[in-house]
Amino acid sequence: MIVIDAFSWIFNNSGTFFNAFNRHLLMCVLSLGIAFVIAVPLGFVVARSPRASFVVVNIAGALRSIPSLAILSATMPFLGIGLLPSVIALIVLAVPPLLLNTIIGIREIDASVIDAADGMGMSAGQMLWEIELPLAVPAILSGVRTSAIQVIGGAALASFIGGGGLGDFINAGIAIMNMPRLLVGAVPIALLAIFAELAFGALERLFTQRR
Amino acid sequence: MKWVPKHLDRLFEALLEHLYLVFSSVGIALVISLIVGIWAARRPRSFAAIVIFTGILFAVPSLALFALLIPIMGIGAAPAITGLAAYSLMILIRNIGMGFQAIPRDILEAADGMGYGTARRIWEVELPLAMPYIVGGLRIAMVTVIGIATVAAYINAGGLGVIIFEGIDQRFPEKIIAGGLLTSFLALFADYCFASFEKLLRRRSGGKVA
Repeated sequence: MIVIDAFSWIFNNSGTFFNAFNRHLLMCVLSLGIAFVIAVPLGFVVARSPRASFVVVNIAGALRSIPSLAILSATMPFLGIGLLPSVIALIVLAVPPLLLNTIIGIREIDASVIDAADGMGMSAGQMLWEIELPLAVPAILSGVRTSAIQVIGGAALASFIGGGGLGDFINAGIAIMNMPRLLVGAVPIALLAIFAELAFGALERLFTQRR
Repeated sequence: MKWVPKHLDRLFEALLEHLYLVFSSVGIALVISLIVGIWAARRPRSFAAIVIFTGILFAVPSLALFALLIPIMGIGAAPAITGLAAYSLMILIRNIGMGFQAIPRDILEAADGMGYGTARRIWEVELPLAMPYIVGGLRIAMVTVIGIATVAAYINAGGLGVIIFEGIDQRFPEKIIAGGLLTSFLALFADYCFASFEKLLRRRSGGKVA
C-alpha cells in the first residue's frame, strides 16, 4: 500500500519532512502577511476615487490572468533561485484577490451609513476605524481566503525555482516515479489548502453574522 | 527577442496542445455538470452539499491534485484532463444550479400548465433562461483552466507550460516570458469573448433572469 509506505517514509524521515513542511508554511505566512500589509491599505486609499479604483481593479484583474507558474518562474531571471524569489512571486499572487475584495468591501458599504457617521461629526480617522474597516472585514476575509489558497498552491510550485517546501517531494516523486514520495508532498499540500479554505470560511461567516 | 521569431511554429503547436487540453476538459465537465446541476437545482439540500464539497475540492492546489492522480492514472494527458475537468466541474455545477434556481416559479408553473413535460420544459424553457449563468460559469472555468493547464505540462500533458518549464530548466527568461504571456493573452481573450457573449444573452433575455 502506497499510503502506508508514504506514512512510514514520513515517520523515518521526520526531520526532512518537517523541514519542508515548515519551509512551506514560512513561505505562505510571510507572503500572505506582506501582501496583506500592501493590499488592504492600498485598497482603502484607492476605493474612495472611482478613477483610481478603475485602474487598480483592471491591473489586478490582468495580473490574475497570468498563471501562477509563469509568475513564479518569471522572478527567476531577476532574483535567481531560492526563498526570496519564491516569496516575492507569492506576494504578487496574493495581492490581487486581497486588493479586489477590499475595494468591493468598501464600495458595498451603504452610503447612508457614511452620511449618518458624517452627520454625527465623525472625523475621517474615526470613520475609517469605527465604520469602514469593521464593515469591510467579511469581504477582506474572503480575499484572505482566496489569497491563502493561491499562495499554498503557488508555494507547491516554488519547488521548481528552488524555493523548497512540500513541492520538493512531488518533484522527487515524479523524477524517480516513486508513488509514496509523491503522496508525501501532495497529501499535506492538499490538506493545508482545505484547512485554509475551511478555517477562513468559518471566520468569514462569524464576522458576517456579527454584522 | 531572439528565440520567439525563430520558433513561431513551436509556439503555435504548444498553443494548439493547450487549447486541446482546455476544450476537452471543459467540454467533458460541461456535459457532466449539466446533468448534475439540473438534477441538483431542484434539491436544495443536495445542492448545498454539492456546493460545499466542490468548494473544498477546488481549494486543492493543481500540482497536488495532479500528483494525487498519478498513482491511479500514470502521467500524460489523461490525468491532466481529468484534473482540469475536476476544477471546471466545481465551477460549472455551482453556476448551472444557480441559473436554474433563479428561474421564477410562475414561469415553470406556466410551462406545466401549458402541458409541457419535464424534458421539454427543461429544453425549451429552462435551459434558454439559464443560459447567461451557464456561459458565465464557462467563462470562469475557461480562464481558470487555461492558467492551471500550464502546470499540466509537468506531468507530460504538453501545452504552453512546456515552454515555461523549458525556460526554467535552461535558465532562458525569454521562453518563460513567451509561454507565460501567451497563456495570459489566451486567458484574457477567452474572458473577453465569453463576457461579450454573456452580455448579449442577458440583453436578449430582457433582463428577466439576471
